[in-house]
Amino acid sequence: MARLHEYQGKTLLKQHGVTIPAGTVIRKPEEASDALETLGGRVVLKVQAWITGRKALGGVQFAETAEEAESAASVMLGMQFGHFPVQEVLVEECVPIAHELFVSLTIDDAARAPMLLLDCHGGSGIEDRAADVARLAISVTDGIHPQAVRRVLLDSPIPEEHHPAVVDAIEKIIATARTVEARSLEVNPLVILEDGRVVAADCRITIDDYAVFRHPELGIEIARELDHPATMLEQIAYRVEQQDHRGTFYFAQLPIEGHESGRGLIGFHGAGGGGSMMSMDAVSNEGFTLANFCDTSGNPSAAKVYRAARIILEQKGLKGYFGSGSGVASQEQFHSAYGLAKAFNEMKMTLPVVIRLGGNAEDRAVDILEDACRDLPATVEGYRKDDTPAFCADRFATLVDEKAGPGTSDALGRSVPGWVGGAAEAFPIEGGHVWINTSECDADLTAKMAEWSGGLLEDDGNGVPTLAVTPEEAAKADSEFIACEIECLRAGRPVLFVDLPIAGIDTVAEGSC
Amino acid sequence: MAIIIDETKKVMIQGITGREGRARTRLMRDFGTCVVGGCTPGKGGQDVEGIAVHDTVSEVVEATGGVDVSVVFVPARLVKAAAIEAIEAGVKLVMLVPDRVPLWDAMAIAECAAANDAEFIGPNTLGVISPGRAVLGMIGGRAESARQWFNEPIPGRTVGVISRSGGMSSSCGYYLSRAGLGISTICHVGGDSVLGLTFPEVALKFQADPETDAIVLFGEIGGSMEERLADLMTSGEITKPVVAYIGGKAAREGTRFSHAGAIIEGDRGTHAGKVRALQEAGATVVDGFGDLPEATLGVFEAASQS
Repeated sequence: MARLHEYQGKTLLKQHGVTIPAGTVIRKPEEASDALETLGGRVVLKVQAWITGRKALGGVQFAETAEEAESAASVMLGMQFGHFPVQEVLVEECVPIAHELFVSLTIDDAARAPMLLLDCHGGSGIEDRAADVARLAISVTDGIHPQAVRRVLLDSPIPEEHHPAVVDAIEKIIATARTVEARSLEVNPLVILEDGRVVAADCRITIDDYAVFRHPELGIEIARELDHPATMLEQIAYRVEQQDHRGTFYFAQLPIEGHESGRGLIGFHGAGGGGSMMSMDAVSNEGFTLANFCDTSGNPSAAKVYRAARIILEQKGLKGYFGSGSGVASQEQFHSAYGLAKAFNEMKMTLPVVIRLGGNAEDRAVDILEDACRDLPATVEGYRKDDTPAFCADRFATLVDEKAGPGTSDALGRSVPGWVGGAAEAFPIEGGHVWINTSECDADLTAKMAEWSGGLLEDDGNGVPTLAVTPEEAAKADSEFIACEIECLRAGRPVLFVDLPIAGIDTVAEGSC
Repeated sequence: MAIIIDETKKVMIQGITGREGRARTRLMRDFGTCVVGGCTPGKGGQDVEGIAVHDTVSEVVEATGGVDVSVVFVPARLVKAAAIEAIEAGVKLVMLVPDRVPLWDAMAIAECAAANDAEFIGPNTLGVISPGRAVLGMIGGRAESARQWFNEPIPGRTVGVISRSGGMSSSCGYYLSRAGLGISTICHVGGDSVLGLTFPEVALKFQADPETDAIVLFGEIGGSMEERLADLMTSGEITKPVVAYIGGKAAREGTRFSHAGAIIEGDRGTHAGKVRALQEAGATVVDGFGDLPEATLGVFEAASQS
């Protein structure tokens, strides 16, 4: 996640020349006494958690003896905030504070620039003094004008002798934010000690998700804002996205507490931010609880939509599958239809499915989805741009009610044709293999497969399909082969199978998740 | 008229030889956009759809006698260099289509644009379309769909659409057209937090456009652009009727603004704050997205009665 803990932020500040209190991070209560001894006397212990108002929640404690430190650490390491258990506690020396300042760098959407918020009146309650906070523009290329900071200080109760050191610290804080590409960096408070040193007493940094890729040194595993530690499926989904940049893929699991009293838990598959939000509202209004948020948009490949659907269906307890986006998609919607049809067929779908596929080529998309799923136990329905989200949600509710029974997604499992891995022909593609049951092919079918695959396959002279392009070209054509697989299925001749195993899913299915 | 794009504007594509660049060049031309050139470093001398490819923006500018707009289709991490190259070559409007452009790159582009008196749209924009005239970016997809979905301007009944959601900008255009209204231009400003043109700048263009009779907004929580548009209405710089929907009402529940920086923005950024600011400024704000076409028709009826 792109938020850094206080101690991580302070380490970055220190690397840029900002003074921070001496301290150490502990992960077990018994490490507290050592830390106290090393720091020499009175210490402050602070939970490392992404919460506001930490002090009021008991997340900040002072200790003078080893016993006090250990008992405080023991309580803290058992705390849980939201879905986050406290795993780390920062133990720091207590510093004698003379003055406190509020320093915060945020991105100002109106100025299209970083903005420094500076308040020199100290202490907490910054929210109540909003009007008094100075706002100073920062140039991305040139940083801040030191003179602008000095003017604010001259207007403040901070004695002038401290001004140069404060200006210096602020310039270094801004340099830190720029180096790590922070979306926000807050030092609250920046303190002036009795001996005149300027010290960052706290630090919160959020890194721009989109810049995480160029900061491997920060060790951020998942560049996502989540209100819980990433689940196994979220980690799997994130890896899928990192490996396939064709279009957007976002998957997050939602809190499902209390879903038993509702109409049921369902998988949600949106397309586009605004349209997804509207569609979630529509299906929530019908009394369903969404197990997840998912967005595949921006012209995603069939392979990406397929993987997204598979990941959604790995969730337990689902009573149905609802998909809907803006309804007037600029992207060609049949790619998504192919991906969804493949996932539902592979899982031998039993749960009701409603997908709103409105947009370009919507008729073709709806036809592909419904026709390819016609022999499944589940009812699978596609809808168009003139069908509102509310109408689709209502139809979905009717289907779920009609199919109401003990069956949920728990009973679903992936099935792969028996001839895969056996005598059938196979060639590799990115992320998997294409298998062709050549013994079931004939010249007529082969001619059609050449067409369905967009010319990737051709007749080898004996009525059997073979690659018409180089292996390198074929390797990138996962989505075209998915289209061919689904068209074979629709024709009642399922002789081609695109095997795209998702790393980690099998262990999820067998595990306890 | 129309704003931002019409058939007279000379358009170039950066990244024209890529998968998206190629496909969009064809689709934009199909709809009537005057695409005059393109570039991809190292691919100079090739051609795409009969359009000459150069290595740099400057070469395209020189070969075509100047371009009005450059549409950027390059990977997100290369967008900053591409945009700055275009602005420094004298292009006054740059559209940044890619998603996931780093924030500090977007701010560097903004600084460069301001210094060179240039504008940009995006990042992460689906595009801008002026029905019956031309399109920039990906909005509408196939030309035949876009022609079917979006009405051309209708004298006295024409709206301009501004949206923060790509898919919903098409939705707005489609449902407003079905309600019998004409569309001058649909502008998706982009989904990111730092953007080139935002609601106030685009609304001022609609205000100045004689063909646009009213402005329809699809807004969202976060940031300040809805409030800044309301400020322009209050100050009298925007006098055309404004009809708005603000998304994210449900998402607001349980969302805590965790930074002091966000808190001291006061009321700005919240759903309630945006709705209140727009209503107080005289805008019609609808509660459900489905109410948007009817509310917009209502604005025209009220105008014809008064």
